[in-house]
Amino acid sequence: MTVTNEMGSADAALPQRADVVIVGGGVMGLSTAYQLMRLSKGRLKVVVIERSYLVSGASGRNGGGVRMQWADRQNVELMMRSIDICKGLAQELGINTWFRQGGYLFLARTPQAEAQLERNAELHHHVGAPTRLLSPEAAREIVPQLDVTDVRVATYNPDDAVVFPWAFVWGYAAQAVKRGAVVRTHTSVERIEPEPGGRDGFALHLSTGESIEADTVINATGAWSVGLNRSLGIELPNHPHRHEIMSSEPLKPFLDPLVVDLACGLYFSQSTRGEIVAGVSMPSEGDDADPTEINLGSSMLFLGRLSRALCRVMPIARSLKVLRQWSGPYDVSPDGDAILGRTPGFPNLIQMCGFTGHGFMMAPVVGELVARNLVQGKDHPVLSRWSPGRFDDPSYTGRGETMIIG
Amino acid sequence: MSHRVFVCRCEDVTTHEIEDALDRGLSTVEEIKRYTGLGTGPCQGKECMCTLVGLLVSRGLADADAVQPFTARPPAEAVTFGALAAVPESPPEKGGAS
Ligand SMILES: Cc1cc2nc3c(=O)[nH]c(=O)nc-3n(C[C@H](O)[C@H](O)[C@H](O)COP(=O)(O)OP(=O)(O)OC[C@H]3O[C@@H](n4cnc5c(N)ncnc54)[C@H](O)[C@@H]3O)c2cc1C
Repeated sequence: MTVTNEMGSADAALPQRADVVIVGGGVMGLSTAYQLMRLSKGRLKVVVIERSYLVSGASGRNGGGVRMQWADRQNVELMMRSIDICKGLAQELGINTWFRQGGYLFLARTPQAEAQLERNAELHHHVGAPTRLLSPEAAREIVPQLDVTDVRVATYNPDDAVVFPWAFVWGYAAQAVKRGAVVRTHTSVERIEPEPGGRDGFALHLSTGESIEADTVINATGAWSVGLNRSLGIELPNHPHRHEIMSSEPLKPFLDPLVVDLACGLYFSQSTRGEIVAGVSMPSEGDDADPTEINLGSSMLFLGRLSRALCRVMPIARSLKVLRQWSGPYDVSPDGDAILGRTPGFPNLIQMCGFTGHGFMMAPVVGELVARNLVQGKDHPVLSRWSPGRFDDPSYTGRGETMIIG
Repeated sequence: MSHRVFVCRCEDVTTHEIEDALDRGLSTVEEIKRYTGLGTGPCQGKECMCTLVGLLVSRGLADADAVQPFTARPPAEAVTFGALAAVPESPPEKGGAS
């Protein structure tokens, strides 16, 4: 047997210096590594360092929902591009991504939610996203099992999708390695230090006792990014929040779209494996106590809330069984927009965090735009809009995306 | 007759797929679960875990005294949404599996 280590390993040899070191082997770090190798035609020396195994973070624990139905124009456009990339990704990466475009169906029960969906539908029309405003009865034509009593209006976008997240992550890792990136697992970056001697690079100190130098460092550690930033004295306002999720026993395919009930933050979809995957908004747990501490655990409270919400909107779920529940960390940004780009005071440290509950779907497009920026010098409007420096800007309004779920 | 050997009957994971994961350099229970889907079906790994661990030990990839199964996910047995809808609202509890 020849072991190829084609998706990284704990003993992958590290160079002494790299052009780019990406800390964190989640979907963000790996999609960026792949795009850097692709766009530089293998010329860049890129290293990914992951503390545990590759799908151990939020990227291995999420719902796989991929949608262009956002309230903010830029997010709609970004996600149109991301979905476009997803369509060709199975072929590009040579894996089955389990990408299924069954649409997203949003249900509004309050006048505020109704107004939000109406605004969305109009915006999406302008941007060219195929979102339709539907009556409750028309929503039932798409999902006949729904009880739409009290539902005022719905929106449906047939291009929205779900994926099975694990395959994505492995696919990006394998292609990054194939193009020359080094992916080192089971190794954590303990500390980052500015390089002495007037160079703008960094020295990274690892849990194995090794160190590596880099011209550019990307902090792609998601909910863990606060601790790493603090090692450089950087304070950013993102913080971890435990988000619970579950899956049911598998059923024959019957549910096309991912359904969101805006009244309680319930979302549910049927994965390509047949199971119902669902989550719901939960009360805050005093997240900001210590933003370097991550709680992962499962609660009965969650199952109770989720079950009540689900049985209300889809009564046939009463006799369906819950098979497994787990949780993962949201990396919550206070205004709902990610924290992306060069760090004030450390221009060669790129932040790639704060993606809250939608980083999976954005990873394909964000990896691409960050790599274009680093390799080709191309700017992108989100790099200033989502800049880590925005929180200190006097004109900062604190307003961002409003269609956050969970 | 097919010569395929199923290790995980819930998710149809064969010995061939596990060999493939090992060939690609994956070597731990959690990684192999997430690469093949092994143990994520209705029996939650009760049937396949021992076979996988036995294989890892025999290849020298795991130490028989130290190797752990993957994190068990609640509920211990499948329960209907209808029954769970009766769970009362109470303060969040901590703990459980991660
Ligand atoms: C339950 C749940 C459901 C979700 N549903 C959706 C959804 O439907 N759609 C969607 O788009 N998004 C969803 N999300 C959000 C999405 O999962 C995340 O935004 C996304 O996975 C973030 O990817 P990442 O690569 O930034 O972070 P992660 O996948 O968390 O990766 C960060 C990695 O960094 C590693 N790391 C941390 N510290 C260090 C260190 N010091 N040195 C080295 N490595 C380190 C960690 O081990 C981890 O692997 C959901 C999240 C959760 C928790």
